[in-house]
Amino acid sequence: MTVNDQVLSYPIPNDAALDPPAEWAELRARCPVAHVTLPSGDGATLLTRYEDVKQVLADPRFTRQLNAPDAARLSADGGGVFSSEMATIIPDSGEEHQHWRRLVGKWFTAKRMNAMRPAMIRIAEDLIDDMVKRGAPGDLRASLGFPLPVYVICDMLGVPAADRDRFSYWSDTLLNLTRYGKDEIEAAQGEFFQYMSDLVARKRAEPGDDLLSELIAVGGPEDGGLSDIQILVTGMALLVAGHETTANMIGKMVSMLLADRSRWERLLADPSLIRTTVEESLRFDANSGFGLPRYLNAETEVSGTVLPRGTTVVCSMAAANRDETAFENAAEMDLTRSPNPHLAFGSGAHSCLGQALARTELQVVLEVLLRRLPTLELAVPVEELERVEGLAVGGLREVPVRW
Amino acid sequence: MKVIVDEAKCCGAGQCVLIAPEVFDQRDEDGIVVLLEPEPAEDRHSAVREAAAVCPGAAIQLAEGS
Ligand code: HEM
Ligand code: SF4
Repeated sequence: MTVNDQVLSYPIPNDAALDPPAEWAELRARCPVAHVTLPSGDGATLLTRYEDVKQVLADPRFTRQLNAPDAARLSADGGGVFSSEMATIIPDSGEEHQHWRRLVGKWFTAKRMNAMRPAMIRIAEDLIDDMVKRGAPGDLRASLGFPLPVYVICDMLGVPAADRDRFSYWSDTLLNLTRYGKDEIEAAQGEFFQYMSDLVARKRAEPGDDLLSELIAVGGPEDGGLSDIQILVTGMALLVAGHETTANMIGKMVSMLLADRSRWERLLADPSLIRTTVEESLRFDANSGFGLPRYLNAETEVSGTVLPRGTTVVCSMAAANRDETAFENAAEMDLTRSPNPHLAFGSGAHSCLGQALARTELQVVLEVLLRRLPTLELAVPVEELERVEGLAVGGLREVPVRW
Repeated sequence: MKVIVDEAKCCGAGQCVLIAPEVFDQRDEDGIVVLLEPEPAEDRHSAVREAAAVCPGAAIQLAEGS
């Protein structure tokens, strides 16, 4: 292959913390199936249209086997959790994957989320009280966004409160594509693995009212349950999948609402808009990170372009969520938008297992902030908000606020 | 309006239950959708349409009219 100066680098560089890069609209209109170069130097195919992204994410021929020998590497150091061996222990596709989802999915029903809501409200209130005690301005990301999802997942897994901060660190390292070196990532993964093995052993000896104990109680694979190693990896996967994503989304959602304070005021006047506001924040998030990579195991056509077997595709859900053909006034943040079939959680059989939990956490955060800190505002101009670099999941470095 | 759900496509995301709890529920064992009201009353129609539109598994089919 010849070097081509025209090939777009991906991720597309973008300094604006909350706004999309200009390239998205152009790609959707003119080049919906685009050739891009990843940080590793390998080539991939970028999809930006709503219909294409939705179709590909739900199509089992687009696999998650990013460790195939001819799949594109995402970064020069390997791909973080996307290509780790850990990911191969949980069944990835077909009936076995569906079986795993159903075993774990019983912890993520709407009913259970409603039952968890009061505990989440207390966690949010305590974290906000602590932030207020430290005085304004505070960093909403460090004070609320980052700890809340870890506390919630730790409760769900039956992890003692004293160990929550170690959990944050492990999760941060594992999801990171470039900021940490390979050695550091491997060391963290080792420690985390050891901790979880001990935890599963403790739950087996002394079951509690938590997800790990319940998975153990189902029995081993011969009883339709999971093996110990699968239970352990499931616990790790839930933390990794649910921490940084939700933490960053809390910071971005609050920033988007405060960036144009009439949005915040509208919510103060009508808190019944919280549910649709959370959905619109998920749709409107222009800084959602890498997107979802897929490895194609059979020749297929997308938007009229033939993709050969072996192609690595990157689905940009954030670009798709701004597609004018799918959303009226897609460039406007409309707190009443309904229905809002955005793709922030993916689509199809692999779509986010924790989405009901994430939604509940985001709703709780908004509800408690509006009630406790109605005068909340950004403590810096929007232009000074900075993106976190190097994460698979996009976020803001800090969210300085006062009240 | 008639509602049909496809359990095989359902991924247990619970969106339908959050939006239209009178019409949809989830099984306690595995989170898969349970249809409570195959022919929901008029005042539920818009919530049911929203649930069908956002269902990540495309597991909810609607037959309008009748
Ligand atoms: C705003 C927050 C969140 C966002 C934006 C998000 C996004 C996503 C996306 C896009 C996927 C699809 C991955 C793929 O198709 O390859 C996914 C999968 C997943 N998410 Fe989330 N997620 C969030 C929160 C959570 C939470 C709180 C949990 C659980 C504690 C969680 C657990 C999972 C799991 C287990 C999967 C894999 C599902 C499977 O393979 O079947 N996520 N998430
Ligand atoms: S929204 Fe769709 S996928 Fe989710 S529980 Fe309901 S039917 Fe199943």
